[in-house]
Amino acid sequence: MTRARWSLLFVALALAGVAGLTLGPVRIGLGGVLRALAGAGDIQTVGIVRDLRLARVVLAVITGAGLGMSGAALQGTLRNALAEPYLLGVSGGAAVGAVLAVVAGVSAPGALPLAAFAGAAGAVALVLLIARAARGRADPRVLLMAGVVVGAFANAAIMVLLAGAGEGTVRNALWWMMGSVSGADWRTIGWLSVYATAAGVALVAVARDVDLLALGEDAAAGLGVRVADATRRIFLLAALLAAITVAGAGLVGFVGLVVPALARALGARRAREVLLASAVVGAALVVGADVVARTVRAPAELPLGAVTAIVGVPFFLMRLRRTA
Amino acid sequence: MIRVSQAVVRYPGASINALDGATFEALPGRLTAVVGPNGSGKSTAVRALIGQVALTGGSMRVGDTDVATADRRQLARTMSVVTQREEPAFPLSVRDYVMLGRYPHHGAWSALGPADAAAAEGAMQRTGALPLGDRRTDALSGGEWQRVRLARALAQGGEVLILDEPGTFLDMAHEMAAFELLDELAREGRTILLVSHQLNLVARFAAHIVVLHHGRVVAAGAPNDVMRGDVLEPVYEWPLVIARDPAVGAPFLVPLRRR
Repeated sequence: MTRARWSLLFVALALAGVAGLTLGPVRIGLGGVLRALAGAGDIQTVGIVRDLRLARVVLAVITGAGLGMSGAALQGTLRNALAEPYLLGVSGGAAVGAVLAVVAGVSAPGALPLAAFAGAAGAVALVLLIARAARGRADPRVLLMAGVVVGAFANAAIMVLLAGAGEGTVRNALWWMMGSVSGADWRTIGWLSVYATAAGVALVAVARDVDLLALGEDAAAGLGVRVADATRRIFLLAALLAAITVAGAGLVGFVGLVVPALARALGARRAREVLLASAVVGAALVVGADVVARTVRAPAELPLGAVTAIVGVPFFLMRLRRTA
Repeated sequence: MIRVSQAVVRYPGASINALDGATFEALPGRLTAVVGPNGSGKSTAVRALIGQVALTGGSMRVGDTDVATADRRQLARTMSVVTQREEPAFPLSVRDYVMLGRYPHHGAWSALGPADAAAAEGAMQRTGALPLGDRRTDALSGGEWQRVRLARALAQGGEVLILDEPGTFLDMAHEMAAFELLDELAREGRTILLVSHQLNLVARFAAHIVVLHHGRVVAAGAPNDVMRGDVLEPVYEWPLVIARDPAVGAPFLVPLRRR
């Protein structure tokens, strides 16, 4: 990828960030935002900029970067441009966890993210166990199928859970399943960013294995990769990264699928480059989508996942037409 | 050098061994060919060498390294493999693809440098892939792709080169050129192990031929010792005659029509 395109990406991310900080029910100019970030100005503006808008932007950055990287790693490893973290049971498991928490009426702060993360981790463990029982090896196709099956089972479980629930509960659960960064608070962001960074760095560290696995299993083995171990490791890291984003923002669809394709369309080729570009593209996309979600029909908010899908589908169709 | 001793492989759920006590070796400085009908265990032997199937018995050694316990990345520095099938899931430039051959020489964080670029360049030069450098891997013909793959294996820099059906998709001239290159690489002291169905080409270029049948070595030796009707007819279960190549006098197999 050329330096000019990298610069373009960071400019896009910066513009999305500025829009995220200035736009909203209370319009604050760029100068006001900068003063508020520095802690100067009236206390209300400082609160809006720092605790509401900046927190949202940062959570959107974590969510977009995490989903983008997760999708990039999975697509290379599974040799499939349609692979994405949500296909691997992560979304289903997280949703079951969150819906369980909502239905049980748990209201302690931080309980919902924790429940979602636990559900996602449980689903990932289940997928790995199924794949192991089926073939004893980390066959990419078996992993994908196991993910789809666990996802279907999770959907059924959610319907059963919500069938007898009250209207408010269903609404809460549904809203969470459509994704949102409106609940951003600095404590959650703190621990999410630590885990997301760790998983992201670990993925970049195995990027060369992703390059080689993308050639096919035997070719990768001939180039010194322990195929089964490497596949399992990358799968686990990617799934955990996705689970971390789900804990923070619920289900934000299409990002993990579309963002790596965007990164490749911009010229990223080797896995490390695709991973890093996907982090920036994903961050810019989700920050931008959140701005759209909360301004288009203000004061009402659109679900973030719906906005990312509306942006993502046409792009994906365009790509499909070009490759077909 | 590759030394395979009493190697046994049984796939999970299979009722017979894919490799059934095979013993053979490939020595440096010569081209060793493994031949045999489909399902005779040729590709299984290659997959065992790269650690993709586990041996249920016996051993395989590359130089002093036992394949079963080897550090795979370290082994990939001495042993390069051109597998039967390989295709990047997402297209790369040919140059970038050949550079993948340098990965075994680096850890996760060490950058590829000028020495790696030079190795890739040299390998592309040797296989005639240099003019393809800026093309994309999905825009190559079958023959070009085979040459690029061979360049990637050479860029790996090992003394041991294993090829599974390298002539597939090559026209006559490119196939001859590929075999001549392999011959040249062997003469420079490399160990070349070649899995092939092209018995007549193998008879002209290989110094040592190993015939596999039902996972066992049924014959091994110089082309003249192996390319014989009484050896090959029962293995392929097909009538054939052995003639002489008019140009160099190498044994030449002609399968007969049965009707």
